[in-house]
Amino acid sequence: MRLYNKPAHVLHDMLVSGEITSVQLTQDVLARIDEVEGDVRAYLTLTRDEALAQAKAVDAKIAAGEPISFLEGIPGAIKDNICTKGVKTTCASKILEHFVPPYDATVMTKINKENPVILGKTNMDEFAMGGSTENSGFFPTHNPWNTECVPGGSSGGSAAAVAAGTAIWAIGSDTGGSIRQPASFCGVVGMKPTYGRVSRYGLVAYASSLDQIGPLTRDVTDCAHLLNIISGHDEMDSTSSDVPVPDYTKSLVSDVKGLKIGLPREYFVKGMDPEVEKTVRAAIDQFRSMGAEVVDISLPHTDYAISTYYLIAPAEAATNLERYDGVSYGERVDGEDLVEMMTNTRSELFGEEVKRRIIIGNYALSAGYYDAYYLKAMKVRTLVQQDFTVAFRDVDVIMAPTAPTPAYKIGAMIDDPLQMYLQDACTVPVNLAGLPGISIPCGFSSQNMPIGLQIIGKPLGEETLLRAAYTYEQSQNFHQQMANLGGKEA
Amino acid sequence: MKYEAVIGLEIHCELKTKTKIFCGCATGFGADQNTHVCPVCLGLPGVLPTINKRVVEFAIKAGLATNCEINKYSKFDRKNYYYPDLPKNWQTSQYDLPIAIHGWVDIDTEDGRKRIRLTRIHMEEDAGKLVHSGTNIKNSLTSNVDYNRTGVPLLEIVSEPDLRSAEEARTYMEKIKTIMQYIDVSNCRMEEGNLRADVNVSLRPVGSETLGTRTEMKNINSFKGLEDAINYEVERQREVLEDGGHIVQETRTWDPERGMTLSMRSKENAHDYRYMPEPDLPPIVTTDEQIAKYRDELPELPDARRERLEKDYGLSDYDAGIITGSRASAEYFDAVVAAGADAKLAANWMMGDLAKNLNAENLTIEQSPVDAKRLGAMIGLISKGTISSKIAKKVFKEMWTCPDDPEKIVKDKGLVQITDTSAIEGIVDEVIAANEKAVNDYKGGNKKAIGALVGQVMKKTRGKANPQMVNKLLAQKLNG
Amino acid sequence: MKVTKDDLDNVAVLSRLTIPSEEAPQYIEQLDKFLTYVDNLAQVDTEEVRPTTYALPIQNVFRDDVVKPSLDREAALSNAPLKEDGYFKVPKVLED
Repeated sequence: MRLYNKPAHVLHDMLVSGEITSVQLTQDVLARIDEVEGDVRAYLTLTRDEALAQAKAVDAKIAAGEPISFLEGIPGAIKDNICTKGVKTTCASKILEHFVPPYDATVMTKINKENPVILGKTNMDEFAMGGSTENSGFFPTHNPWNTECVPGGSSGGSAAAVAAGTAIWAIGSDTGGSIRQPASFCGVVGMKPTYGRVSRYGLVAYASSLDQIGPLTRDVTDCAHLLNIISGHDEMDSTSSDVPVPDYTKSLVSDVKGLKIGLPREYFVKGMDPEVEKTVRAAIDQFRSMGAEVVDISLPHTDYAISTYYLIAPAEAATNLERYDGVSYGERVDGEDLVEMMTNTRSELFGEEVKRRIIIGNYALSAGYYDAYYLKAMKVRTLVQQDFTVAFRDVDVIMAPTAPTPAYKIGAMIDDPLQMYLQDACTVPVNLAGLPGISIPCGFSSQNMPIGLQIIGKPLGEETLLRAAYTYEQSQNFHQQMANLGGKEA
Repeated sequence: MKYEAVIGLEIHCELKTKTKIFCGCATGFGADQNTHVCPVCLGLPGVLPTINKRVVEFAIKAGLATNCEINKYSKFDRKNYYYPDLPKNWQTSQYDLPIAIHGWVDIDTEDGRKRIRLTRIHMEEDAGKLVHSGTNIKNSLTSNVDYNRTGVPLLEIVSEPDLRSAEEARTYMEKIKTIMQYIDVSNCRMEEGNLRADVNVSLRPVGSETLGTRTEMKNINSFKGLEDAINYEVERQREVLEDGGHIVQETRTWDPERGMTLSMRSKENAHDYRYMPEPDLPPIVTTDEQIAKYRDELPELPDARRERLEKDYGLSDYDAGIITGSRASAEYFDAVVAAGADAKLAANWMMGDLAKNLNAENLTIEQSPVDAKRLGAMIGLISKGTISSKIAKKVFKEMWTCPDDPEKIVKDKGLVQITDTSAIEGIVDEVIAANEKAVNDYKGGNKKAIGALVGQVMKKTRGKANPQMVNKLLAQKLNG
Repeated sequence: MKVTKDDLDNVAVLSRLTIPSEEAPQYIEQLDKFLTYVDNLAQVDTEEVRPTTYALPIQNVFRDDVVKPSLDREAALSNAPLKEDGYFKVPKVLED
């Protein structure tokens, strides 16, 4: 019996009942990695030996009759921009190619308490800048549903691993859609929690006021469990929320009667793939048929969200990435003097997209342009937030496509950065407003590529999102389908 | 043309917190290189800062003690520039909403008291230290970096360009040091770099209201260096202007060994710090209530204390200024008075023998072998007439090396003043008998001749006779 | 064109990046196209709008002044490209 294709909550029950062991499970997932990783390339670092050792320890614990926690013994993967003590954390950048953090991110501390099996670190767009994982400094990741296509990004490795069965669960990060969009492209569940719900300590910063860590899972139930584990206040992150964390699994209730759903007309506009629109609207009809109320709403500043995001994020990134200078960690390219060394290091080891965003960011922050670009963007950000505040007076959740298209071919957009940025129109407003958002599978294109439905909630409204997502998931079986990787058994 | 100097100071004052401003590393001075460091102050990927509460408290107190307005909404910003002693390549500082603004302090100048305005006080992190392998920065092939000091909390206290001379600048910096010591927020040890100044100097024709082009000298860490650097720079600029030249706006370094300022060649035309709000640190919002609480916690400040000494004890403005010049000295004075000493005598002794002895041995008043209690007791003995002022000097000298109470020293050394009339009378008679000439002079109308006779009596009693009593007895006998 | 070669050179220096001259036209063109796009923000009236710096309305988050253990020096220096006697070692510094 293959195990890699099951969600964590099923595997947890099998471990508890003694039906399987963690070593069996881990070996099965490692076998799946052997079968398909060459085509998918989701991982930057694999920690096979450590994974098996962790699995053995869990089995010993089970054998001794001790109770196990939800994630205990279940193999998962971590995006490579989350610091793991003693394990390389590269952000898919050559500048951090051999960087080994001497500390754990707070999410790792929380996850490690659960005794899971960590398989390794997943590929991503360099420093999380991109939506296709083509901007990895090492190699692109391929979409398990069609390996000629991108998996989305920047958490493309995490999404592809969960979709390919090379991880049961994964952790990603989302600055402008980097969990939700690859979840949509790969047909998995991905949630970006409310800004501040999950500690960012140890998440290598891209844009500090937008970044948030979240789970990528096979289904909504696993998402709720993961969220329970990673959420909560952290004294190491001053921007983390101190609102108590509810038990999110209590939201796994199949009932949307009376739920008020808003459809923002600005999110269903030209440029959207007709199949995506059709599929998403069908999903919303399904909600209606289950008793939800659907109303049209307006988020009038949506058109400005891309500009706002692509000024704020690069500006924050430009400063966040100043520390990669070859002085005290990371790689160094020599030079005659200090300035030359720093400049050589950065010029040679940062990828094109990272350099492009650093240039944009520093331009927007530089003397004479600050007010026109950066300050202006921060003001429009206020208006984008207000749009949501107003909308949420009348509705409980907002629904929209996660991405305007299904996964596209590798290389299709790489030469047109602006075109690439425009793909983020449905996801970046959520980050600008700090709201929670989830992407769940809601169907397939005619090319059999997954399509995601995005549900956006009020601040700290994760419970409502989970309930809506769970109810929908119960009504269909998209989440149970797995990619048929080049004819390899699924 | 006559020029006047226009000087402004940015004083960096290291705060005496236990931990750094944004992480829990210890701040101690002199530790082995790179041992007071953690992921946060090393600026490792993924780390986030957290604000040390004490730094905010100290900053608000410093603002209140310098008559500033506290910004009720204050935030941190990133000041971006590349330097290897700055691990993130930005300094977390404050830009447009510093913790305190619009203050002032008064200083004493030749022309009387002068008010120096403060533009602002803001909080920021210190940088690490570069150790150069060559003899100086210019001929080093490599440099070594120690991040222990990275993240030590600093206040930057910025003055308006209200200072007009090196002396005023020094007096102003001394005043800031005094205030920071009074409110106990900094050790202010110049030799450890706790207090450093960046100095802006420009010249303008006397009577002109517009500011001339200024130069900046960074990181001056002694009062002498401050005065020397300003004097040199004022003279240099005067010469340039008098020769019809222009001052270049630039940063110059003060080389204390050569006694001159040197241009630091500027590679980037102007630094563009690209300040941006620090998104990882929530803003600091302070209420009137909290401000009132901090104000209540402030100790008596130097100016108020000085006024009190003048009013309560009749000390001169000058004396009161010296005594209150440091918190330690003012507290010493209060303790001397509390031990029963007359206030004016206490001031005289502190500024006289005590200061002389401390200076000779390069000690601070806290290190004085004669503590306030013993000095107070000794002054009490003078007031009671147990010893004369002259004998007191001997007693003080004895106390400097001997920890005994002054009473015991006076007794052991037999220094008690002779106030027994009969004992003095005999000696007076002896002196009158032996000094016929002086006696005749006195009787002949030269009243000053009595001085010689008093001197003789004092000599014979080895200074222990009460001089007033000797005078009185002599006069009685000679006139009788 | 909104962006000149001088603009690019200036921002490259601020970014500690070298843009090879053969790549400069492409950078300029892309930056120009980007800035033209984001100019749509100029249409938004933000006269009365306060900027949003923080994603959440959090304030006054402080840490007590209590010492926590520092890293071992070995761990602190473990990722150093070059080290010497417990220091991080860098090429010579030309003041600027």
